[in-house]
Amino acid sequence: MTAPPPATEPPATPPGPTENDTQESKHSPFGQILLQAIQENTVTITVLALLSAAIIGGLLAAFTNTGVLHAWGDFFSAPGNAIAQAWDVAAGTYVALFQGSVFNPHTVSALFQQASFSTAVHDGFLSAVFNPLSETAVQATPLILTGLAVALPYQAGLFNIGGQSQFIGGAIMAAWLGYAYNMPFFVHVVVCVIGAFAGGAALGWLAGELKARTGAHEVITTIMLNYVMLYFLAYVLSSHSLMQAPGGSNAITLPITSNAHLPLLAGTHLRINAGFLIALAAALAVWWLLNRTTTGFEFRSIGSNTSASRVAGMNVERNWALVMTIGGGLAGLAAASVILGTDFTLNPQSYGTYGIDAITVALLGLGRPGGVVLAGLLFGALHAGSPAMQTATGTPVQIVQVLQALIVLFVAAPPLVRTIYRVRAARARGVSTTMSKGWNA
Amino acid sequence: MLLTPGPSVGAGAAHWGGRFAAPITYVVFGLVNILVFGVHSHHDATFSFTPEFAKVSVPNLTLAAAVTCYVCGAITLVLAVVRLLDVLGIIRLGRVWRRVIVGVVLFLFIIALLAWADGGQSIPFNVVNLLSGTLDVSIPIMLGALTGVICSTSGVVNIAIEGQLLLGAFCAAIATSVTGSLWLGLVCGALAGSLVAVLLALFAIAYRVDQIVLGVVLNTLVLGLTGYLYNAIMVPYGNTLNNPNTFNPIKIPGLGDIPIIGPVFFDATIFLYITYVLLAGIQIGLFRTRWGLRTRAIGEHPVAADTVGIRVLSLRYRNVILAGLIAGIGGAYFTVGSVGSFGPDMSSGEGYIALAAMIFGRYTPFGAIGAALLFGFTTQLQSILSSINVPIQSNLLLLTPYVVTIVVVAGLVGKVRGPRAEGVPYVKS
Repeated sequence: MTAPPPATEPPATPPGPTENDTQESKHSPFGQILLQAIQENTVTITVLALLSAAIIGGLLAAFTNTGVLHAWGDFFSAPGNAIAQAWDVAAGTYVALFQGSVFNPHTVSALFQQASFSTAVHDGFLSAVFNPLSETAVQATPLILTGLAVALPYQAGLFNIGGQSQFIGGAIMAAWLGYAYNMPFFVHVVVCVIGAFAGGAALGWLAGELKARTGAHEVITTIMLNYVMLYFLAYVLSSHSLMQAPGGSNAITLPITSNAHLPLLAGTHLRINAGFLIALAAALAVWWLLNRTTTGFEFRSIGSNTSASRVAGMNVERNWALVMTIGGGLAGLAAASVILGTDFTLNPQSYGTYGIDAITVALLGLGRPGGVVLAGLLFGALHAGSPAMQTATGTPVQIVQVLQALIVLFVAAPPLVRTIYRVRAARARGVSTTMSKGWNA
Repeated sequence: MLLTPGPSVGAGAAHWGGRFAAPITYVVFGLVNILVFGVHSHHDATFSFTPEFAKVSVPNLTLAAAVTCYVCGAITLVLAVVRLLDVLGIIRLGRVWRRVIVGVVLFLFIIALLAWADGGQSIPFNVVNLLSGTLDVSIPIMLGALTGVICSTSGVVNIAIEGQLLLGAFCAAIATSVTGSLWLGLVCGALAGSLVAVLLALFAIAYRVDQIVLGVVLNTLVLGLTGYLYNAIMVPYGNTLNNPNTFNPIKIPGLGDIPIIGPVFFDATIFLYITYVLLAGIQIGLFRTRWGLRTRAIGEHPVAADTVGIRVLSLRYRNVILAGLIAGIGGAYFTVGSVGSFGPDMSSGEGYIALAAMIFGRYTPFGAIGAALLFGFTTQLQSILSSINVPIQSNLLLLTPYVVTIVVVAGLVGKVRGPRAEGVPYVKS
């Protein structure tokens, strides 16, 4: 066992967020944060990063479209046509994304063409108007939660790439509790959600504890755990005695009983469910934890300067294990939102790309809970709009992943954006939170 | 270094793993050999050592499966006792002998596993197929791990190996399909790996972005980009853009005809020979040349290196970008070396495995190659065992190397120490 210094609360300085050594004054009201962010060019840089990524994405969409390429083949005979075609595809891609994720005017006209408003509501025409927003919220839910799972440990200086493994851990628990037991309404959902949190937390704890006890780098252990859990999931889904649905050869569990479904929020036509509220509540809870509690203060202190925190009497190792446990639990909640909210079953692909997406969400959100919510909504909108975009313009859905990566790349390198757009350097430290502290830090 | 400094941590690791970790592990292996494999083995296991169409044939080896397992288990237990005596200080084993014991224990475990698996099967178990297949599937991991070794030694964390492999595979497929030249495909694959490395170097060295973040983001970018381009241009124009030839195996005259060794090591595609050359080159380069000394210096102590006149940043740029070529070649293997056409997410995480192999191999070229072969071996073993219908849970077999890596990284088998300045951007003051 480790022999860390006895766990004393931070002694020298008065505990609590008022003595914030990171000088980011996260305890200040939101207005002040916003003001500071603007002064630091954070908002400018982020907006410009989004713009840059959108331009590159638009060019990519335009110049891989067969029609556009043919038009550009005849560039010298009809240059106007070539440029117009390229513009149409690029603009069409973004318009379709918008219509699929926020608002589609066609649904409104369809609503008003109905004979009476009440039958229109009954037939789901009103729901159709709000369907894009509902889908955005549904897609954003796991992104926000897994994003928080990366952002919270990031505040404590740990980089959690294990979103996937923790998601799978949570998903296995949620699905198992969901189909194998019968409990009353509400109780069942709550039990499943808590189980999912515990499942994710167990894997997060493992990575954190390994780091605390042996110093094993969390990046390596979490990546390895991703694969361990991936194969473990395939294993439990390929054995009838474990989780595979009886009587079939498909790698899938029994459906979750309806008592364990997360309640829908806006009628049966829309998929938006209580998972979205869980995500928002989790973001609020993480914000509160980081900015209003001693534990959160220790997390941020350790993230800023591990050695100083150790000298100040904080139990660094215990905090590492704790922050990874909570982070893992958040990823487990994301699994609950997917398994109990939309999929209602578990299959070997249930974990999707949340593990990687989470990192982009957390980085775009600058590792802050509020930022993660906004970033999650943005990327959720991209995900929600992409199927409609593919149908409308033939642009493959993978462009969403390209956009995500480009946005984060630009956000992570403020000097690059400043150079491109000739924005003056930030006065304070600004967005350069992703500055490297090194592999061994 | 992967072990955080601090007195409590070192003490913890020593206590947790303990001096008895090695003997206890060996005892577990020995008992598994006897109680799991031995007890459940039936009939005879036949091993064949001859590939199809070989000039020289080696007779098959037939062993009684259960007896083989018992013998392997017994020897393992003896070795455990020897190691225990060493721990207690009654006998003295050198470092070399300790490593030999580790190797022998693993070897015996595999023999027992194979004897159990093949016991009672009508088809002989082809050892040559297992070994040559292991080398083949390990090529991207080996090359990726070598890339990682150079980057880490230079003080740059390269998590973007995965992206380098994937873009290499993609570009090699396109270039070969369009031009019909396999060699051009290989070169384009290498350059593609290098292109990712340019981005990595630019953002990590010039803009000092956190290198772990950067690597993950670059991987996402390449994954999205190749997936996008695959659907946007490769699917509609599959015949012209995604229809490459593949390299044929080259048998080295003389060496290739040696029984067992020949077909395993000297009858493969050009990629395996490139790996040999690179392995030797990097091993000699890192530890016997001026370039190697300077590279290790900028990874350990860039300030000191700068003081004696080594240009830290330019050497880091050069090393990272040149190392990208190697991973690019490894990526090209996926398409023009084995399968042919490109598929989305073709590298399926092997870049991350390469990263693990690099750490597992203690940041040395030979260690990294050995670890990469271990990963390749389990993959190949799994595919062969599932093809002869052995009742083993393939998923559990596949997850073992990852568990082993965690155990190794956690310092339970031995401490791994990386370059001190790894991942720390150098700012000239």
